Amino acid sequence: MIKNAVKEPDRAPLMARRPKWRFSWDKASPVLVLIPSLIALGIFVYGFIFWNGYISLTNWNSYIPNFSFAGLKNYAAVFETFRFQADIRNIIVFTALFILGCLSLGLFLAVLIDQKIRFESFFRSIFIFPMAISFVATGVIWSWVLNPQPNAGINLILRALGDSHPPTWFLSPIIIPSIGLGLIKVGIPLALVAVAIAAVWQMSGFAMAIYLAGLRAVPDEIKEAARIDGAGAWRLFWSVIYPQLKSSTVTAVIILTAASLKVFGLVYAMTGPGQDFTTDMPTLNMFDTTFQGSQFAEGAAIATILFLLMAAFSVPYLLSVLRGENREENS
Amino acid sequence: MVKRSVGIGFATLLAASTLALAGCGTQSAAAPAKSNNSPKQLQIFSWWTGVASSKALAALDAQFNKEYPSIKVINEAVAGGAGSNAKAVLASRMEANNPPGTFQVHAGRGSLYSWVQASDMAPLNSLYKEEGWYKDYPQSLLNLLTFNGKIYAVPVDMQRGNVLWYNPTIFKKYNLTAPTTFSQFFSDAAVLKSHNITPLALANHGDWEATLLWSDVLLGTVGPQEYDALLTGKTSWSAPGVTQSTKTFVKMLAYTNSDYTALHWQQADQLVAQGSAAMNVMGDWAQGYFTTDLHLTPGTGFGWAPTPGSAGTFAVVSDVFGLPSHLKNQTATLDYLKVLGSKKGQDIFNPLKGTFSPRLDANPADYDAYSRSAMQSYKKDQLVLVIGQGAVNPAFTTAVNNAMDILISNHNVSQFVTAVASAAQSSPLS
Repeated sequence: MIKNAVKEPDRAPLMARRPKWRFSWDKASPVLVLIPSLIALGIFVYGFIFWNGYISLTNWNSYIPNFSFAGLKNYAAVFETFRFQADIRNIIVFTALFILGCLSLGLFLAVLIDQKIRFESFFRSIFIFPMAISFVATGVIWSWVLNPQPNAGINLILRALGDSHPPTWFLSPIIIPSIGLGLIKVGIPLALVAVAIAAVWQMSGFAMAIYLAGLRAVPDEIKEAARIDGAGAWRLFWSVIYPQLKSSTVTAVIILTAASLKVFGLVYAMTGPGQDFTTDMPTLNMFDTTFQGSQFAEGAAIATILFLLMAAFSVPYLLSVLRGENREENS
Repeated sequence: MVKRSVGIGFATLLAASTLALAGCGTQSAAAPAKSNNSPKQLQIFSWWTGVASSKALAALDAQFNKEYPSIKVINEAVAGGAGSNAKAVLASRMEANNPPGTFQVHAGRGSLYSWVQASDMAPLNSLYKEEGWYKDYPQSLLNLLTFNGKIYAVPVDMQRGNVLWYNPTIFKKYNLTAPTTFSQFFSDAAVLKSHNITPLALANHGDWEATLLWSDVLLGTVGPQEYDALLTGKTSWSAPGVTQSTKTFVKMLAYTNSDYTALHWQQADQLVAQGSAAMNVMGDWAQGYFTTDLHLTPGTGFGWAPTPGSAGTFAVVSDVFGLPSHLKNQTATLDYLKVLGSKKGQDIFNPLKGTFSPRLDANPADYDAYSRSAMQSYKKDQLVLVIGQGAVNPAFTTAVNNAMDILISNHNVSQFVTAVASAAQSSPLS
């Protein structure tokens, strides 16, 4: 927006009198400042994405580098394994549980904090703090809290409350509804619920922060007007305030999805691949395939699939943001 | 004026960021390469970060410095994942042609052989001749380090992979003896189960522990000759012995704890030590855990025996060090290997680490009761390797671990055997 405002005036004259190009620090400096980071990004991000994609099409599946072209062989090999099929199920289920959990808990906390309570910043910090902990520490702690033994962790409380058969948490082999598809059973593995609980605990503070910013941006006049029109608190929230939080929701969903697809440390520390790969993730599979099994091309294929998944979520978002900016400019 | 100062500001910024970038470059690439060139420094790469193993390594390094004071040893140990993290770091360094001075790897046709095939290792035949090591080590061990007539590594320690650990108090109480056959194992297990004791403690959090148990069951079922033929690709994995031992393995699962996915091997051995479980199959690194961490006395606090059917066979898990071929300066590494393979070096290293020296002239008096008995078996038994501990190529090992994860939950023997057989085809063992 600002860019265009600046450019617009000198575009016309530029067309009229053909370039009398003169060097000026004003014009050159933005370019010069951008060059180092463009080079770094180009090499370390985009260069490596392409390199990874290229490796996934080669036969490099041992310590001996072999760059002969393999077509989509590695992708086919990966998709044929039980483990990867389970990974796809798990990552979808985990992402859904994780995002629903974070959004609903985050929204709830944000609404509570927005009630102009005392010590607001204190509570805000408390809810955001888990984000500062590494996923590995979270994983270890929650593997103790959700200890599968009937006489340890949270199961002690459940037993005291009269549950004689407390859940086995992340060891549960149960998948609901368990529909056979390919090599695996499709459904929600209960073991993943335990992992999602730990992840939600860690990241719901982030959703809260985003929602809180969104809530603060809703103008008081609108709420006032709705109240005068006779809207109750419930109606006020769902019909007036909530629709204004749409962009907050979209932002939170995109960032949380990225975090979810990349999840590694939490699962690695908390459960590992789990019984029958019920808590395995594509990232764990990629690590094992590449660095334990030394099958670099197959590992690269898994990484590429993950990258495409990530792109499938973030590109539509980026497009909609760009479109939104254009609309604003045009109006 | 303003314009100029802005310009200078940007120029400074640019210079600063370029410097920063250059700085990153030197840190990641140039610095280690430099240290490889210099004869003054030597990087020793391992996954020895535990209390005992890092102490043992430091003592070995100190001995090296005594003999070669001009070379500074840099400990490049990478922690975590029973060596899996270290292997990942090593793989990336080797790909970048930036190998450490020398690195820890298991004896056998696993990673070591893969590095040899990738021509990343240089042969050590002349070093062996010079040091007279061909007589100092048993030929059967050196065979595990020799490919196409060339020997590629020096062993520093010896561990055993086919050990059944048991709780002697429980065994005495129910008049049981350590099982030497599978039928005896199952009759013992039935007795233990009837007294509400978990017969066999199992861990599989690391995804390799169950593979170790299965590997030992396979060894005990088909015997060392066929076991070795399977591991070296001479016998097909569709052989009936594989199916039979996998069936035995699945039958054993009925006598284990159910939360093995959540347990690390130490926790499984803790169950045995506490008496809530009676037996565990684990390599003899477990004995360091029993004695050092749990303060138990060998023999009374914990008992041991070869796994069922494997008496007379010693499953080798040996840490060995070789000479990376892309090193600019090989002298420092060769000097280090001389100390590492010497009687003096190994006598310092092994008692501290809780392992024993693979040299034939090692003194049993330096070791505790368990290691003495293991040494005895090592010297007379047939040596084999363990799947998952350096015996077979990494791709096959990962495939077996993945198939194992499915087998222990669905108990589908034929599916498992098919998976293993097809892994042996796509990642040939010979």
